[in-house]
Amino acid sequence: MSEEPKVPTMAEYMAEGKQPEILFWVGSAGSYDDRAKKITKAFVKILNKANVDFAVLGTEESNTGDVAKRAGNEFLFQMQAVMNIEVLNAYEVKRIVTCDPHSFNCIKNEYPGLGGHYEVIHHTQFIEQLIASGRLTLDGDVYKGKRITFHDPCYLGRANSVYDAPRDVLKKTNATLIEMKRHKGTALCCGAGGAQMFKDAEPGNKEINILRTEDALETKPEIIATGCPYCNTMMTDGVKFKEKEAEIKVMDIAELIANA
Amino acid sequence: MEYLPNIIFAVILILGIGYFARNVQKLIRNIKLGQDVDVSENKSQRWKNTINIALGQSKLVKRPVSGFLHVIVYVGFIIINIEVLEIIIDGLFGTHRIGQELLPAALYGFLIGTFEVLAVLVLVSVTVFWIRRNVIKIKRFLSSEMKGWPKSDGNIILYFEVVLMGLFLIMNATDTVFQGANSGNVISQFIAPLFNGFSIEALHTVERIAWWLHIVGILTFLNYLYFSKHLHILLAFPNVYYGSVSPKGKFNNLDAVTAEVKLMMDPNADPFAAPPEGAEDEVPAKFGASDVMDLTKVQLLNAYTCTECGRCTSECPANLTGKKLSPRKIMMDTRDRLEEVGKNIDANKGEFKDDGKQLLGDYITNEELWACTTCNACVEACPVSINPLSIIMDMRRYLVMEQSAAPTELNTMMTNIENNGAPWPYNQMDRLNWKDE
Ligand code: SF4
Ligand code: SF4
Repeated sequence: MSEEPKVPTMAEYMAEGKQPEILFWVGSAGSYDDRAKKITKAFVKILNKANVDFAVLGTEESNTGDVAKRAGNEFLFQMQAVMNIEVLNAYEVKRIVTCDPHSFNCIKNEYPGLGGHYEVIHHTQFIEQLIASGRLTLDGDVYKGKRITFHDPCYLGRANSVYDAPRDVLKKTNATLIEMKRHKGTALCCGAGGAQMFKDAEPGNKEINILRTEDALETKPEIIATGCPYCNTMMTDGVKFKEKEAEIKVMDIAELIANA
Repeated sequence: MEYLPNIIFAVILILGIGYFARNVQKLIRNIKLGQDVDVSENKSQRWKNTINIALGQSKLVKRPVSGFLHVIVYVGFIIINIEVLEIIIDGLFGTHRIGQELLPAALYGFLIGTFEVLAVLVLVSVTVFWIRRNVIKIKRFLSSEMKGWPKSDGNIILYFEVVLMGLFLIMNATDTVFQGANSGNVISQFIAPLFNGFSIEALHTVERIAWWLHIVGILTFLNYLYFSKHLHILLAFPNVYYGSVSPKGKFNNLDAVTAEVKLMMDPNADPFAAPPEGAEDEVPAKFGASDVMDLTKVQLLNAYTCTECGRCTSECPANLTGKKLSPRKIMMDTRDRLEEVGKNIDANKGEFKDDGKQLLGDYITNEELWACTTCNACVEACPVSINPLSIIMDMRRYLVMEQSAAPTELNTMMTNIENNGAPWPYNQMDRLNWKDE
């Protein structure tokens, strides 16, 4: 990137006595995972381009506890949640955007019961709003006519009924959107959820991400679009397993839009 | 002697309904073994769900063929049962087709005519169902949990329907008065010629036999429900009403944990302080579920309502890739164990005696529980708003918080979160490093 990305922290805003328009919750994958960091940076590029006044928590952010909760460790989840809520409330955060549907779901649905009330939006929803309000314009026909299929993340789609925002954003790129047989409410999980990302699968006859990749390959896509860092890893691995990585790219919607 | 048939009828009716009522009481008692759960929020959405999902079968018709046939059988069955009202009045008071006497001829003819047409539609649908189950071999009816009783159960109810509908039509066809009136016998007039050679007395006997078998059949059917997946005919309604009205991704926060976490985080709390008045006799909360009594009343109602249709399992990513997990089996196991506990209570004068068994381990294995991706596909697919995932989660909670029995890799992940706020062993202070990379 030629221009240095601007990533202010809440602490810096606080020092100046200002409040950003929105807090960008980066999440653990987005902070540490090499593939997911690219998605984080692509989203920052979009935020900068649209002149969004945002901030991150930086080193004050901690794991949401989502994955601990799905693994069954309610203690660890609530400890993490209470800690994060303390920080968020101290900064008087009102709106949060995140690229991770798991953080999105957890903060939106499970933090309120522990004292954390925020308006939480997924980055695909935020991008949709930026485009609709004219703050973000897509120029060029980078994806014109390209065959793109979108894999619904469980925690965005079924868990929170957000099906349209990612699709609307993709349509704005002039790409040809092709649905997999299982999509929206009946979309197949990529296999990472419920803490599966961090363990080996139980004995079976196939890996879930391979089955989902096969769903995607049926649409003969040039790009498989995702909206979750874990889905991205799973689909990338699936495409590699099928030895299709030369023809098919797996990209987060943030990455697609950052280049459009 | 004149009143003998009326008396016999009354006795059969009382026995049939009485036994059913007794089983319903047991069912309610068993469900009440579960934990309380707050279902007071969003009543209007609950009623909407009940009307759309339970009455309107909106989720069922997502699979058009089976959904459509199911609607026919369901509507047909309910409407035809209006006829039972007439049968009961006739049986108790010794009248014959009281409706024909009381209602305008055209209306009565219309009603019975409708019933006859529906009876034929039900027969056709039931035949297709039977073929789907036994000839076409649709995958979701062949899983390992569908062997033995569950398989017979599915067929028995189909035979029941055939017999009941058949009896209803024969009863009409051999009723000389009804055929004589020639109104509403839209179907039965074509069956009547089969009995052409019969004397009036013989016809009357056939008609009586069909009539008696019909009412006995219906009472048997009613009592069969309790032992069958067909309880859903009744329970689908309360089950959908009490089903979740929150986003599917929202898992409950355990209050018992919240209390402890608050205590741990509160710098002013004295961990050695004497417990507040009255707290001494409280049983320490158990985290998660290892047996049916740890589940909520709604989860237990779910188990009784499950139709064993397997729509959940046919959408489950774990099951589709050959793992042992099947959300339908989770529900069936829960019901089986709950029935076992119920029988135990019956045998021990109303008290449960520890039988050395529990839901976890004896019915549901750790391997099944750990295969779940918490994707909610099963919850989305269920036509009667059952949530198998919530049971899986409660049992995982027990494994992790009561038994520290998580898979090793997950323990590593959780230790990392505890120590550095990320599931991987990275330094918390490096969390913003991506910015400059
Ligand atoms: S939530 Fe678990 S049990 Fe239900 S479909 Fe997904 S993986 Fe299967
Ligand atoms: S839980 Fe629902 S979808 Fe699954 S078998 Fe039972 S009724 Fe069918």
